[in-house]
Amino acid sequence: MISITNLQKSFGKLTVLDDLNFNLNKGGIYAILGPNGSGKTTFLKVLLGMVIPEKGTVLFDNEDISKSTSYRQKLGYLPQIARFPDNITVNEIINMIIDIRQQPAEPKPLISLFGLESFLDKKLGNLSGGTRQKVNIVLTFMFETTVLILDEPTAGLDPVSLIKLKELIAKAKAQGKIILITSHIMSLVEELADEIIFLLEGNIHFKGSLGELKEQTKGKDLEHAIASLLQS
Amino acid sequence: MIKILKYSFSDLMRSKWSYIYLAFYLVLGFVLLFLNNDISKAIITLMNLVVVLTPLIGTIFGIMYFYNSREFTELLLAQPVSRSKIFLGQYLGIALSLSLSLVLGLGVPFLIYGLFQSTEIFNFMMLLVSGAFLTFIFVALSVLIGLYNSNKIKGFGYAILMWLFLAVIYDGALLIAMVIFRDYPLDNLALVTSFFNPIDLSRIMILLKLDISALLGYTGALFQKFFGTNTGYVVSMLILLLWVVGPVVIMLQKSKSKDF
Repeated sequence: MISITNLQKSFGKLTVLDDLNFNLNKGGIYAILGPNGSGKTTFLKVLLGMVIPEKGTVLFDNEDISKSTSYRQKLGYLPQIARFPDNITVNEIINMIIDIRQQPAEPKPLISLFGLESFLDKKLGNLSGGTRQKVNIVLTFMFETTVLILDEPTAGLDPVSLIKLKELIAKAKAQGKIILITSHIMSLVEELADEIIFLLEGNIHFKGSLGELKEQTKGKDLEHAIASLLQS
Repeated sequence: MIKILKYSFSDLMRSKWSYIYLAFYLVLGFVLLFLNNDISKAIITLMNLVVVLTPLIGTIFGIMYFYNSREFTELLLAQPVSRSKIFLGQYLGIALSLSLSLVLGLGVPFLIYGLFQSTEIFNFMMLLVSGAFLTFIFVALSVLIGLYNSNKIKGFGYAILMWLFLAVIYDGALLIAMVIFRDYPLDNLALVTSFFNPIDLSRIMILLKLDISALLGYTGALFQKFFGTNTGYVVSMLILLLWVVGPVVIMLQKSKSKDF
């Protein structure tokens, strides 16, 4: 479904992605991990077409993403920071994204799941960070997509909403979607991820299941496994 | 594109700054009209303000909106819409909402004063047209500066410098150059230099329309001599149009290769 060949990206002298090759065909939750600056966000942004690689091709359902925008209809993205125009209300932003994407959406169940009904007519500029993140989640999950990209999805969420988000992710997985997730919270990764993709110095240093990672590194939990990956 | 335009326009139309800008022009229009008690004098005073002020507001709004809506732009970029539609839509949203504030803010006082009974209506239209042109030009230039500079402080600095250069320094530098090289024939050079400054160009355009040779200044007089009043005014309009199209085309090109 997603096939990446010889991907290369650098910002000035700094090479962020170095000849990366990567294939994803099966649904499931893939955690993209790596130390700061290892190219996680850049990698996700390349998939989204927000960062333009110097070399290499990215195929999404056999379609070259540099020549298309319509592939993004099958893609949901939850950005790290939730910021919207200040003067637009929650209701308006939801309708606006539906209007722009031109595809069927079901925002209502998500709005009630996160208790956003009373905020619908409030301006986004007056909402707290956590509430905005909930709006962000609604925007990401309300469409029928095959791939979800979640960049630090738990930022600013309270425990109740966190549980609800995990349920949403589990439901998406059950529907056979590919979910790419980055997080610094190892317990979350341990709980959710089917497969770990560990980026180091612009390339995939490890790819495999959690069990395989622990076995290879002999770490007792994910944190120790990652630490020993970095030290080896 | 129209959808993005619609949303950035409606976002801006609800921002308090649009109202402050609108209120400023309303007050300015009323005060000038009732102090001067003469439409054509009010237009001349306004012209001097409009040619400096609309570029300043366009620059500041353009660069502020660009940096403030960065995360939102990222959200849009993740949607199935092309980059040129996003940037063109946002650009037109800012430029149109500012132009609307200008047209309404100055239009209302003049209408109340009895513009339609006056022969000055075309001169007044000219003022609004050049104000709108300057808004479109300077918003495009400042968005362009924003696209080339990820650093907010730097971008803001460059944008203000650009305005300062075109609104103030350019004329001064030109004048000094003319004095230094006064022994040489400078007519054509002076004429061409006015093409490179949209503020100068709109001032000339309005003055040609108003037909006040005393206020035309050196380049304006050259313009009139070289092109004649009517051609001069078409030529200046065309160059202003190029000033809008040029930066917008570069802006769209740049947006295609930029990383967010």
